Amino acid sequence: MANYKDIINSCREKRGGIIEAFHALQAEYNYIPQDALVEAARVFGVSEAQAYGVATFYSYLSVENRGKYIIRMCESAPCHVAGADAVIRAIENYLDIKVGETTADGKFTIELCECIGQCQATPVITINSQPVFNVTPEKVPEILDACK
Amino acid sequence: MAEELRVLLQYADQINPESADDYVKVGGYKGLEKARSMDRKALIDEVKKSGLRGRGGAGFNAGMKWSFVPQDAPIKYVVCNLDEGEPGTYKDRIICEKNAQALLEGMAICGTAISSKQGYIYCRGEYPFVVELLKNAIKSAKASGALGDFDIEVRMGAGAYVCGEETALIESIEGHRGEPRFKPPFPGVEGLWAAPTVVNNVETFACLPNILANGAEWFAGIGATRYPGTKIVTLTGDIENATYFEVPTNVTLRDVIFTLGGGVKNGKKFKAVQVGGTSGAFIPEQNLDTQIDFDSMGSIGAALGSGAVFVLDETRDIVDVVTRISKFFEHESCGKCNPCREGTFRLREIMEKVNAGRGTTQDMDNLLLLSKVMQKAALCGLGQAAPIPIESTIKHFRYEYLRKI
Amino acid sequence: MISLTIDGREIQVPRGTTLLTACRQAGADIPTLCYDPDLRLAGSCRMCVVEVKGRRNLVAGCVTPAENNMVVETESPDVVESRKIILELLLARHKLTCHTCESDGSCKLQDYCYRYGVTDSRFTGEFHDGPHFSKEDANPFIKRDYDKCIMCTRCVRACEEITGAQAINVMNRGHHAKIATIFDGNLEDSPCVFCGQCIMVCPVGALTSKVAAGKGKSYQTEKVLTTCTYCGTGCTLELNVKDDKVVGVTSVRDENWSPVNRGALCVKGRFGWDFINSSDRLTTPLIRENGELRPASWDEALDFTAAKIKEIKGEHGPDSLAMFSSARVTNEENYLAQKLMRAAIGTNNVDHCARL
Ligand SMILES: Cc1cc2nc3c(=O)[nH]c(=O)nc-3n(C[C@H](O)[C@H](O)[C@H](O)COP(=O)(O)O)c2cc1C
Ligand code: SF4
Ligand code: SF4
Ligand code: SF4
Ligand code: FES
Repeated sequence: MANYKDIINSCREKRGGIIEAFHALQAEYNYIPQDALVEAARVFGVSEAQAYGVATFYSYLSVENRGKYIIRMCESAPCHVAGADAVIRAIENYLDIKVGETTADGKFTIELCECIGQCQATPVITINSQPVFNVTPEKVPEILDACK
Repeated sequence: MAEELRVLLQYADQINPESADDYVKVGGYKGLEKARSMDRKALIDEVKKSGLRGRGGAGFNAGMKWSFVPQDAPIKYVVCNLDEGEPGTYKDRIICEKNAQALLEGMAICGTAISSKQGYIYCRGEYPFVVELLKNAIKSAKASGALGDFDIEVRMGAGAYVCGEETALIESIEGHRGEPRFKPPFPGVEGLWAAPTVVNNVETFACLPNILANGAEWFAGIGATRYPGTKIVTLTGDIENATYFEVPTNVTLRDVIFTLGGGVKNGKKFKAVQVGGTSGAFIPEQNLDTQIDFDSMGSIGAALGSGAVFVLDETRDIVDVVTRISKFFEHESCGKCNPCREGTFRLREIMEKVNAGRGTTQDMDNLLLLSKVMQKAALCGLGQAAPIPIESTIKHFRYEYLRKI
Repeated sequence: MISLTIDGREIQVPRGTTLLTACRQAGADIPTLCYDPDLRLAGSCRMCVVEVKGRRNLVAGCVTPAENNMVVETESPDVVESRKIILELLLARHKLTCHTCESDGSCKLQDYCYRYGVTDSRFTGEFHDGPHFSKEDANPFIKRDYDKCIMCTRCVRACEEITGAQAINVMNRGHHAKIATIFDGNLEDSPCVFCGQCIMVCPVGALTSKVAAGKGKSYQTEKVLTTCTYCGTGCTLELNVKDDKVVGVTSVRDENWSPVNRGALCVKGRFGWDFINSSDRLTTPLIRENGELRPASWDEALDFTAAKIKEIKGEHGPDSLAMFSSARVTNEENYLAQKLMRAAIGTNNVDHCARL
């Protein structure tokens, strides 16, 4: 595992690049660990409170640990009318957790999100930001089983 | 008249979008060459004359926007808005996936016009693969020498619709919470790191190479006179062909939906269409013969916005759809100003109540009152537009609400 | 100079003046919540909206520059309606307990609701289940009751721009946004220095002094301007006096009255006043006799001390004496102190606590 200080340092040349650093941290840890948040604030010369404010503003950033696979269900109107509700229920049932929770084995976290710009193939979910198209409740087990 | 007119997407899938060489082979970077040979003022005038208006929603004349940038400022920035957060919209992604070099060329043309050496593309966090594509495209363009000394950096958003608002976008590039700034000062005068900054949409930039290469008159002659050019629309909802089309701006909504779109899915009847994304008005059948250009849409109380076309068939429950939309705005409000932070929350609360059959006519009055105040008093376009879907459906589909009360 | 018409009155103002300033100059009383003349502008509360002829939307006076020939209305029906609805929206999530609130009588939310006759909110919601933001923070000085916060962010800006501590910021977004330190922790674990500038700027009762809690509302106390005695800086503060007892300290921000600190105080000045009426406080000098302290008059005590000093100097020479002076006295007094040691006693043994 890469050291969080190295990850943050790799972004330090980017002016105002704390969000880029957060992305890089999440690519490694799936969330922003506390020590890393404090370090990022120091490196980018902003107060700790501000860094925390930034990290909690954006819905793709998380200051809490999440699963290895982050499943996001698009809930926006085009996916909504295409049956997003049924899909999310199927995901919840299959994993036996609710939206916002992580499975006990730390493998899956379910989140809701807004439109991800793949509306040619609704309803859409993403798994670690990779879109999966035309999802139906029937396809859910197969899709999730493919996550090793 | 209902045919596609592919200008931006003319070479879609025929060239590798990352490759500057491919692009040059089909005539790319000629516009930039032309721009560089022109006097800055003449260049801005040419863009003004083409009538190109912003494709990001506000429809502002692009050349005019550039002309506000003070020439004497030592540092200026060109920023491309690739936040594309409006639900049902994916045309900027398509432009990047099919013709990324045109975007880069457009940004460099703008850089030439305002004498800026640095561009930023702010790409939404939902498109990490587009970020990669763009980084490669920039590498290729720099290697080919096409961009000259104009540099472009890609920054990634992190899931905030409000960051599509130009000043919130600037805040986000600066590494801050994506809260809109009050205007004035406008970005053209005081933008990124307080330097004059032009923010344009992907599609706006991508129109520029052809305008320069073919001349302002050519562009001004396409589509609607007051909003010339083509527009990429994305069709979603209950539509046969749920895909994207590039059309001249004088096609009618009816043509978009029934000719290109193949009509309502499964042979059902049409109920309503929402144009411009989730912040747009819902339009009833009787207004379908309107052209899609900015002003025509405005005349029926709607907006072209991002060019999203979201169709609902006769069986759809509008109140339910609008309730879902009200959740979107509650989720995406930045929380800076009172009317929107509290207003979007209460709109959602009341909509859920009405949708669940517990509403009263008093609730509808409250929705309308809140809608009015949010439109009048919210700080940015998000809070001002959030009530529009509610207001427009109460206007055109009141019976659907009353049925639930 | 440009000229514009405000509520039918034509006035002249320099270019660059905000509408808020222009309106106030024209005699219009514009309500503001987030505006603070000493802080960066926010333009976020939207209470100061006014109507400008020809504009589709209302504009926020505090951040909109006045323009030549503008025609402005400050209490038009739309303006009043917007302000009322904004107040209703704020009330809908507000823990409305004015009767026990420390800010009762000095609260802008209360004042504006009174002014616009907003008694109740139509937006409280079906289940009256607003967000719960109140923050238990065990520090001894600052009470943070964010169920009364109106999110004006003045505290955030004051913490950064007046004090420089940057302890707090906004976390989350939208309706979940609230004021927080890193990890939403306690002030004690943050760079907070407990200066209480946030309390000073908070327009409502979200931030209040724990030390003064329950001792008297602002309209029950007399304000006595004085100079803080903790150090030589000379900050002006305002003793809040009730029944001849000091029950709190506030500050005035007007430069004419508070030229040194313009209202800013430190933790000692703002919160360290309970000694004043403390029964443990010494009110006369004490002289120790046979191991027992007994009260004495100032004359007696000074004579006693002078005699002792002379005695020591006579026996052991001037360098056997030293003076250790305090940062709580002024520069002038410190000057006199060293003069006393050097000229009257004849030693250079003089030092000062601020050097340590
Ligand atoms: C809430 C909100 C979201 C917006 N989202 C976008 C967006 O995703 N993409 C975009 O180009 N413009 C968006 N805009 C419009 C921008 O503020 C700005 O007007 C636009 O980028 C200017 O470019 P243009 O003149 O080329 O259209 C949004 C505006 C608001 C108020
Ligand atoms: S209108 Fe909404 S999104 Fe815009 S500044 Fe206000 S709270 Fe933020
Ligand atoms: S903050 Fe103001 S409105 Fe709220 S309870 Fe206190 S006095 Fe009343
Ligand atoms: S605590 Fe007070 S000063 Fe701070 S944001 Fe809330 S109301 Fe404003
Ligand atoms: S005082 Fe002007 S917006 Fe708050």
